[in-house]
Amino acid sequence: MHMLQELSWKVGGQQGEGIDSTGKTFATSLNRMGYFIYSYRHFSSRIKGGHTNDRVRISTVRKNSLADELDILLAFDQETINLNAHELREGGIVIADSKFSPVLPDNVAQNVHLYSIPFTKLAEENGAAIMKNMVALGTSAYVMGLSPDFCAPVIQNMFGRKSQKIVDQNMAAIRAGFDAMSGQNADFSSFQLAPATPDHHLLMIGNEAVAFGALSAGARVMPAYPITPASDIMEYLIKKLPSVGGVVVQTEDEIAALNMTIGAAYGGTRALTATSGPGLALMMEAMGLAGMTETPVVIIDTQRGGPSTGLPTKHEQSDMFAALFGNHGEIPKVVLTPSTPEECFYATVDAFNYAEKYQCPVIILTDLALSLASQSVTPFDYNYVEIDRGNLATPEALAAVEPGKMFKRYERTEDGISPRVFPGQKGGIHHVTGVEHNEIGRPDEATNNHIKMMDKRLNKFADIELPGSISYNGDNDPEVLVVGVGSSVGAIDEAVTRLRNQGIKVGHAQVKVLSPFPAKSLQEYMNRAERVIVAESNATGQLFHLMQLHGLQHKAMTSFLKYDGTPFMPKEVEAHLKGAVPAWQQ
Amino acid sequence: MATVKEFRNEVRPNWCPGCGDYAVQAAIQRSLGSLNLEPEQVAVISGIGCSGRISGYINAYGFHGVHGRSLPLAQGVKLANRDLTVIAAGGDGDGFGIGMGHFMHAARRNMNITYIVMDNQIYGLTKGQHSPTSAFGFKAKTTPAGNIENAVSPLQIALAAGVTYLAQGFSHDVNQLTELITKGIQHKGFSLINVFSPCVTYNKVNTYEWYKEHIVPLDQFPEYDPTNKKAATTKVIETDGLCTGLIYEDNDRPAFEDLIPGYQPTPVADLDIHITQDQFEKFMSEFA
Ligand SMILES: Cc1ncc(C[n+]2csc(CCOP(=O)(O)OP(=O)(O)O)c2C)c(N)n1
Ligand code: SF4
Ligand SMILES: [Mg+2]
Repeated sequence: MHMLQELSWKVGGQQGEGIDSTGKTFATSLNRMGYFIYSYRHFSSRIKGGHTNDRVRISTVRKNSLADELDILLAFDQETINLNAHELREGGIVIADSKFSPVLPDNVAQNVHLYSIPFTKLAEENGAAIMKNMVALGTSAYVMGLSPDFCAPVIQNMFGRKSQKIVDQNMAAIRAGFDAMSGQNADFSSFQLAPATPDHHLLMIGNEAVAFGALSAGARVMPAYPITPASDIMEYLIKKLPSVGGVVVQTEDEIAALNMTIGAAYGGTRALTATSGPGLALMMEAMGLAGMTETPVVIIDTQRGGPSTGLPTKHEQSDMFAALFGNHGEIPKVVLTPSTPEECFYATVDAFNYAEKYQCPVIILTDLALSLASQSVTPFDYNYVEIDRGNLATPEALAAVEPGKMFKRYERTEDGISPRVFPGQKGGIHHVTGVEHNEIGRPDEATNNHIKMMDKRLNKFADIELPGSISYNGDNDPEVLVVGVGSSVGAIDEAVTRLRNQGIKVGHAQVKVLSPFPAKSLQEYMNRAERVIVAESNATGQLFHLMQLHGLQHKAMTSFLKYDGTPFMPKEVEAHLKGAVPAWQQ
Repeated sequence: MATVKEFRNEVRPNWCPGCGDYAVQAAIQRSLGSLNLEPEQVAVISGIGCSGRISGYINAYGFHGVHGRSLPLAQGVKLANRDLTVIAAGGDGDGFGIGMGHFMHAARRNMNITYIVMDNQIYGLTKGQHSPTSAFGFKAKTTPAGNIENAVSPLQIALAAGVTYLAQGFSHDVNQLTELITKGIQHKGFSLINVFSPCVTYNKVNTYEWYKEHIVPLDQFPEYDPTNKKAATTKVIETDGLCTGLIYEDNDRPAFEDLIPGYQPTPVADLDIHITQDQFEKFMSEFA
């Protein structure tokens, strides 16, 4: 029998019906069996009501995006079928609660079958209607050729502490769904999932990877204001920081959040805040203060659909310019754009070192798909986590400060980086101000001083390319080079692999650092390509324009934009690339 | 131990001669000098305005931030290092205009910091626009026909927000001001000392003379009980916000820092921030 190396599954219903936990139970169980998961939730900013769904890609090898087509759709209401059935492949199936007498719409692929199963009724028979999700999981297990016990450990974890009875009832509900499906006497051989190679990987969202990265990097103070899709970061740290003596403060707004972060960093801790577009906008004045006072802060911006409140629960990459250029005046800063949860973790560790090494704000720019998609990831390397607090004043230097004299916190050095001291340290008294200042921090608005101090701050990154600024895969002399940023890495890679399998020469460069911009390396990749396509999730081509701003040149460079609120899919990228080269449109 | 002298530096303030802020500077220095503190144990965090320059005029760690945000900045410093004596300072525009939100929330959060507002009922630095504490009818550059907005009552707002130490002083009485500031610093929680600090250049109405005529010293009421919030609120309303002295104190409520779960007596800035491999693996295993 031919077995699937991957399968795509979706569960949908009304928000508040437990759709998330169904998807999570399913994904976690399969992840533990060694399958690789990529799961993405569609939700709206309402809590109860409104359609929601969780789409899970299960694969025997690592995938970093959703699959193009769906194999199985579980539906708790007709709306779910109407909105999602068109995503099913030919021969795909819908399994729906018979309670609402489900029907298939017209726009489905050929041979899509609907199985109407009494989810609610079977759940009630086994204890309570809310277990209809478990019944649905049982039906999936049968179709996919899994044991009905495939999620037993997760169920045990979830309910074991409450009572064994609840565990047993849930397991019985799963079994009831499993049996009901087997009673259909249908052939589900095209849904059988090949066994996974046992492998230990974690399942997490990008936000958790960032938060865990911050915890590991020694961040101990986090002032923040809740906002989708960033809130998970503060919610994770509020659970963990107390165990290491740290603190999360929910501030009155994002202005307070970044100012408090600056205060905490000045006070001697590693501190961060996290937000999304609207909050980033409110932080701009304080970001300038951090740049001007050379205070190391880390700011996470989980991009969502803008402008204004925009699409609060949808994907977009439209804050790049805001992050780079949103503050007034000119300051040095680092902007990192990781593309996987692993990179979120390591980039966050790096971010704190960069912030303290270069004494400037560091922004980690993720996007909604990266922040919230739940992915299988390789366990992180403890040994990678090194804490480098940068140039700190030595005890000798502090002892050498004469009584009544101020410490040269802004001493002009060759690399522009001056020694830091923290309040409380004897000998370290100096002034800090957002006004242009001299070496001891006293206001000095003289023209020549301003030039010197601007140069001191801005030259910190002269000719620097941070390690890992670009990742590349594909052919060395591609006909088309795709340049992407953020979570699109998976969709682009998959499209590139497919084209290469068809004998087409393509390359893929993913940009991981927007500032300092890796212009030199990127130009080298571009020089080898016939065409360059810059793929990004926004309406104006911010990455494209950033490349031009940095003087990157190519005779055939075009933009590939998507801004409907959903991330790139592999087939979209594939089709666009094919469409770009006349010879490829057989 | 340091005395008042150690808290002075050689910088000459760029305030106009006669500006009320000199007295506030002197009172802060005297107060710090009386508290057995060394200059490096003190951080003065200020906003933007003539008054905001004060952090540069005291020999201590000083941070002159952006307009209206001294309180979030000061609270961040305190979170990082609870051993520091943290003083936030600024003007009426800074604290009750652009920074009003932070003021109310800082009061309610109740971190152990001291907030000193130099209230001159005008925007000094920007040369004479009306402020949130300017009276109804007050004429300023931006109210040529007289102010058509009501003045805010910072004292009532502080009480409503749950302040745990509230005092009001006057630049003319440095001794009283010093005492109010000292008590505020000693108070375990958020303290506000609002100071009538005349702007001699742009406010020709609320002058030293005007304040002398209008303020109502609380010490003329021997029965006044500053631990009674209702009495405090009534007195503030009765005196139209012009009472001076210790208005209210609540010494029972613990400071924010004492309520943070897991927060150590050691300043966060002094903790070892490395996590062990065991801790790391344990945290990671929760994602399996
Ligand atoms: C965001 C921002 N808006 C406006 C200003 C301009 N500004 C500087 S100080 C100030 C008001 C000062 O008044 P106040 O806080 O009462 O201080 P004073 O000068 O009276 O001591 C204003 C509006 C600024 N610096 N920043
Ligand atoms: S303008 Fe007013 S507030 Fe500013 S220094 Fe002069 S007197 Fe003081
Ligand atoms: Mg003022």
